[in-house]
Amino acid sequence: MRTAAELLAGVPALAGTEPVTRVTLPARLEYSYTPGTAQSRFLTGLAEQRLLAERCPECTRVYIPPRGVCPTCGRATTDQLELPHTGTVTTFCIVNIAARGLDVEVPYCYAYVLLDGAHVGLHARIGGLPHDQVHVGQRVRAVWRDQRPDRPDPGLAAISHFAPTGDPDADPASYRRWM
Amino acid sequence: MTPQQQHPAGREIAVVAFAQSVHQRSTDQLSEVELVLPVLQDVLKQTGLTTDRIGFTCSGSSDYLAGRAFSFTMALDGVGAWPPISESHVEMDGAWALYEAWVKLRTGQADTALVYSYGKSSPGSVRDVLTRQLDPYTLAPLWPDAIALAALQAQCLIDAGLTDERALAGVAVRSRRAALDNPHAQLRGSADADTLLQRPYQVRPLRRHDCPPVSDGAAAVVLAAGDAARALHPRPAWIRGIDHRIEAHQPGSRDLTESPSTRLAAVRAGVFDAPVDTAELHAPFTAQELVLRRALDLNGSVRINPSGGALAANPVMAAGLIRVGEAAARIHRGESRRALAHATSGPCLQQNLVAVLEGER
Repeated sequence: MRTAAELLAGVPALAGTEPVTRVTLPARLEYSYTPGTAQSRFLTGLAEQRLLAERCPECTRVYIPPRGVCPTCGRATTDQLELPHTGTVTTFCIVNIAARGLDVEVPYCYAYVLLDGAHVGLHARIGGLPHDQVHVGQRVRAVWRDQRPDRPDPGLAAISHFAPTGDPDADPASYRRWM
Repeated sequence: MTPQQQHPAGREIAVVAFAQSVHQRSTDQLSEVELVLPVLQDVLKQTGLTTDRIGFTCSGSSDYLAGRAFSFTMALDGVGAWPPISESHVEMDGAWALYEAWVKLRTGQADTALVYSYGKSSPGSVRDVLTRQLDPYTLAPLWPDAIALAALQAQCLIDAGLTDERALAGVAVRSRRAALDNPHAQLRGSADADTLLQRPYQVRPLRRHDCPPVSDGAAAVVLAAGDAARALHPRPAWIRGIDHRIEAHQPGSRDLTESPSTRLAAVRAGVFDAPVDTAELHAPFTAQELVLRRALDLNGSVRINPSGGALAANPVMAAGLIRVGEAAARIHRGESRRALAHATSGPCLQQNLVAVLEGER
């Protein structure tokens, strides 16, 4: 790559000019983001250790987190329901690189957990066992963080991780379509 | 050469449905897709179409309003993109999404198109957000906000003897009183000009009434070609011509009292081939309406902004598409025979789109 000085050398009008190689122009905009009705309900539910989902009235798929709309049908997901805290691992990976700003020790296991009754995987971490024992089809249960009752924190951080229930693996037919 | 001559065998394209939200200062309780979905369902219901029967979908919105990258992808949930659909997005007002869809239909790649756009200005400060569209080295660092730039333009017009503050107030009064008939508008009704002129300046020479409201809102249009359009609406609003033109980016290099890009787009769209009875102009600031009226030769016999225009509701990224939709809706209702629709983008009317819509001949 050519330097700024080399680039300017070909422009007679700029002969002898000191090249501008850097300007610092700070820009900051502040936003108050609101997640909307469906996601607010989901996030608030997490603070109460509840997993709140929505079902599409057309295709009957159950979405968690809910977005107020079925992305498959383009219909409002008007049916609300609460899901159990158990599910099945449908895919996973072991992360060995620490992401900047993420307060978690590597390596850790990152997975999709198909909650019982749901048709999309919930992004989650798997813990409570050696990583080489994590496998697809494994039955897991949510492990919740202790919340301060006076200041509940709505958000996915309410779930520490999912840990094995010790039950036999799920029948692949129960989750194959929703991997 | 008129567009008809350029495309002697071109297909006729019409607006067959239009829907919009009730525009509000803030929709805190709604995500973007929750804002858009009822509008999409309304516009589809009008035609009886379902999303799987739409040939092409195109949307307009801006990540700078949302404050998030790829914000439009979540709004896409509202169209039910499964099985996968033919789709596009412009980081522009929805009027330009409509233009892209018009090209798609015109070239025979689809028979129907769903066009939608939305803007939630409430999460941020829109007058500051809009500074980010300016030259990043020499202008944006000064943070000249949208109202300050519009005030420069208004002052240019006053200095040129083309208008005065009373005439500007007249535009505000007429627009917001017209909006009394528009249940979707945000500002409906107005005090008289004498009262408005006693109020303080916002950014001199502009007072609050010269500026648009800050709005959250969404709009959607269905386009259809030829017989498909006739099957979907008894009175399709045919797009007889449409064109858009852009001027230099640096506002200082332009004569802000004129809009040659609007003029050229209007010529190319065939505006001057026959008189129009209605004009929906996208003029967020009062003085900008005067610039557009001069560029478009609009005299007293043309009904301007019966919807109230952007002065009555200004959901950024949707307000231009709404002008096309409002013009089409008047043709659908038999209230207009030939209407002009205009949309703008950029600082001080930098970029302009003009369309001519007609009922059946």
